[in-house]
Amino acid sequence: MATMTNPPRESFRLSMLIYDTRYRSLTIQVIALFAFMLLVAWIISNTVQNLAGLGKEVEFGFFSEPASYDINQRLLEYTSRDTHLRASFIGLLNTLVVAVLGCITATVIGVFVGVARLSRNWLIARIMTVYVEMFRNVPVLLWIVFAMAILIESLPSPRAFRGENATQSLILNDSIAITNRGVYVPEALFSRSLGDVRLFGESSLRFDVSLDLIAIIAVLAASVFVFRRIRAWAERVQNETGNRPTTWHFQIAVLVVPTFVLLATLGFHLGKPELKGFNFAGGTHLRNSLIALWIALSLYTAAFIAEIVRGGILAISKGQTEAAGSLGLRPNRIMSLVILPQALRVIIPPLISNYLNLTKNSSLAIAVGYLDITGTLGGITLNQTGRELECILLLMLIYLFISLSISVGMNIYNKRVALVER
Amino acid sequence: MSDASFVRTEMLSEQDPPPTSVGVIGWLRANLFSNWWNAILTVLCLAVIWYVLSGLLGWTLRSVWNAGSLNECREIMIATWGSTHGHACWGVIGDRWLQLLFGFYPPELYYRPILALLLLFVALAPVLFADKVSPRLLYVTAAYPFLMPWLMWGGSIWMPIGVAAGFVLAYLVGRKLDGSVPGLVLGILSAIIWWMLWLGFPIQAEVFNTGLGEILGAGLGKSLATISPDIAPFWLETVISRNFGGFMLSVLIGVVAIGCSLPLGILLALGRQSNMLIVKAICVGFIEFIRGVPLITLLFVASTLLNIFLPPGTNFDIILRVMIMVTLFAAAYMAEVIRGGLAGLPTGQYEGADSLGLNYWQAQRLIIMPQALKISIPGIVSTFIGIFKDTTLVSIIALLDPLGLSNSIRADTDWNGIYWELFAFIALMFFIACFGMSRYSMYLERKLKTEND
Repeated sequence: MATMTNPPRESFRLSMLIYDTRYRSLTIQVIALFAFMLLVAWIISNTVQNLAGLGKEVEFGFFSEPASYDINQRLLEYTSRDTHLRASFIGLLNTLVVAVLGCITATVIGVFVGVARLSRNWLIARIMTVYVEMFRNVPVLLWIVFAMAILIESLPSPRAFRGENATQSLILNDSIAITNRGVYVPEALFSRSLGDVRLFGESSLRFDVSLDLIAIIAVLAASVFVFRRIRAWAERVQNETGNRPTTWHFQIAVLVVPTFVLLATLGFHLGKPELKGFNFAGGTHLRNSLIALWIALSLYTAAFIAEIVRGGILAISKGQTEAAGSLGLRPNRIMSLVILPQALRVIIPPLISNYLNLTKNSSLAIAVGYLDITGTLGGITLNQTGRELECILLLMLIYLFISLSISVGMNIYNKRVALVER
Repeated sequence: MSDASFVRTEMLSEQDPPPTSVGVIGWLRANLFSNWWNAILTVLCLAVIWYVLSGLLGWTLRSVWNAGSLNECREIMIATWGSTHGHACWGVIGDRWLQLLFGFYPPELYYRPILALLLLFVALAPVLFADKVSPRLLYVTAAYPFLMPWLMWGGSIWMPIGVAAGFVLAYLVGRKLDGSVPGLVLGILSAIIWWMLWLGFPIQAEVFNTGLGEILGAGLGKSLATISPDIAPFWLETVISRNFGGFMLSVLIGVVAIGCSLPLGILLALGRQSNMLIVKAICVGFIEFIRGVPLITLLFVASTLLNIFLPPGTNFDIILRVMIMVTLFAAAYMAEVIRGGLAGLPTGQYEGADSLGLNYWQAQRLIIMPQALKISIPGIVSTFIGIFKDTTLVSIIALLDPLGLSNSIRADTDWNGIYWELFAFIALMFFIACFGMSRYSMYLERKLKTEND
């Protein structure tokens, strides 16, 4: 029996690039890379040719030209003489404002509805089901336009607040006016204000930060720190002696008193909206476009969040509830100590992806004329300057940046709460 | 032992449960009034339901159906009920429902989109209800992608037949060469050559400076697509895309995007799961980019940038451009859903397929995909629903989908100032379609459930 001591050395043949699985993947990858680069080169060369044909070139100089359009809902000061860059910056802040507001309210409504759908009260569970199905199965754009129409058509005009026989009045101790031109809420004023600090000088990204606000935040943070130290001390005493010292009045005092003292020193008061002429003056004016977008996005996203919350709670097996019950925990404590911490692990990742969806859906602001980043950079600036390529690519990059930052945050969180499996 | 003992000798007859714990009363007590807190909530809910329903039903039912304009509507309302408040004017739907459904499609050709929709159901039946419908209908499914554009846009039937023939050719060549890699490449190549022949694609002899190039470029002055109508003229009147609108447009974009995004999404998901670094990087980059930007920016790309990216002078239809972008958008989301399904499969399935000696595509087709797709059905359907709803966004780039049409109806002096009736109609149509899809996904999940749990 002949034993083969030397297996014949395989010489490399060209056909092995196709037939040999060791080399085939290499071939495919090289072809894929080549095709991809060819595609990119083709698109770039087309773009260059087309732009040359249109007599345009890619440059971002238009950002320093005056925008000459107004943004009526804004966080920072802005006039139409400011640059396109400033307008885009204001727009970006508007996007973030509506996204943050929307995420907060959507979470609150969504958690409430999700828990209510599991209610043992048949009627409540059914009403919540109707709400969820109604919002999930109708386009968000329709809800946004619908909310806008409701605000404009069904709310009283400022005129109704005027005169001796006014048909409408301000609510909540004469402080909030709900009109068809928007909602006027009181603004915080300080009679002995510390003033503002201007960041970034006179550039387009200039940013006024109120020192009063910083002072309040700093005092609050210090209060919370002391609050937690007191609690830690109480727990230590409890562990050593078995008796927990009564600390709740200290804790509340620590939380509340310094802030109140600070507010009093700064001369805090509310600037209420007042009817002047045909419209309201004073206070903060939240325009219909912002409110419609906010309401519609919140309610729409809340329907999805409700399903996630419900799924998360249902995913925790019944044995957990029963075990907690047999330990003698009351229903509230079972929910907060046993079910929710486990359910959150299921809930958080899809919840964050819904926040992402909400942020992306906020680009529909353009349908109601709320000037977010899509409305400024991708809307009016684009139309005025005619620089489609630059504006749209930049717009996409900005959204991409927002989305990727949220995903990175989510991944970090996921790693932290992931079950450590043994 | 005392004498007072008493032992019952006969069984007591069974008694009915107390009337308060069975039947309607029992159900009410258990579900609505189990304690005082629930009782309060129930009463509150009933009050809210009564308030909403009385307003809504009154508005919906005590309404005007026959009116040609909003003013006429209001006159009728005043004459009948004395006020215009709380009454719907469905006259606008009666007046414009055809427009809301078909846009500006020529009325005498309405049978074509209707036929296309009916054929869609026929084509979908063997896929959706595989156990109840004859598999022979799959031929309709295969023909549908070619038939539908012909019905919608019209033109010569030789166009779709030519395109379909390319696919058939690719399939035949590929099968002749036994499904190997060169067979695949040759199949695709032969299809491309066929389409070039068919469309009379301008092939310059300089590019293919060979015998074949000269034959193709110079030998065929006239393409087959222009010759064949002379032989057998099957011609439908052409309808330009600008006339497409209403729900027809939403369904059209939705169906195309859904139909094309599923295979594309599967490919992208496989690419993302593959261990070929470059392929994976390209797929991940594509998916994350598309998922990171709002659809509206992609629609802006479709309406303004796509022409810049394509060779100078290319100017194709806006609806086609929108379809491409919506398809790419849907494919990225689909890929993520399917990737979830792939990740949910135990590794044993992959190893089992390997140990059976199946190659990659066989393993995917026979073992992996049937299971992965089954796991991802809920996600796939919710992506479908999302895409269908997102078709309303095309109204922002001035296409006349139902929402866009509602604006243009309102711009008409007859119906200036009408909101709720239009919104209600559009919302109802979308609700029916999306709710139907989600119920179907539940049915499919139940049907495909194989574990006995």
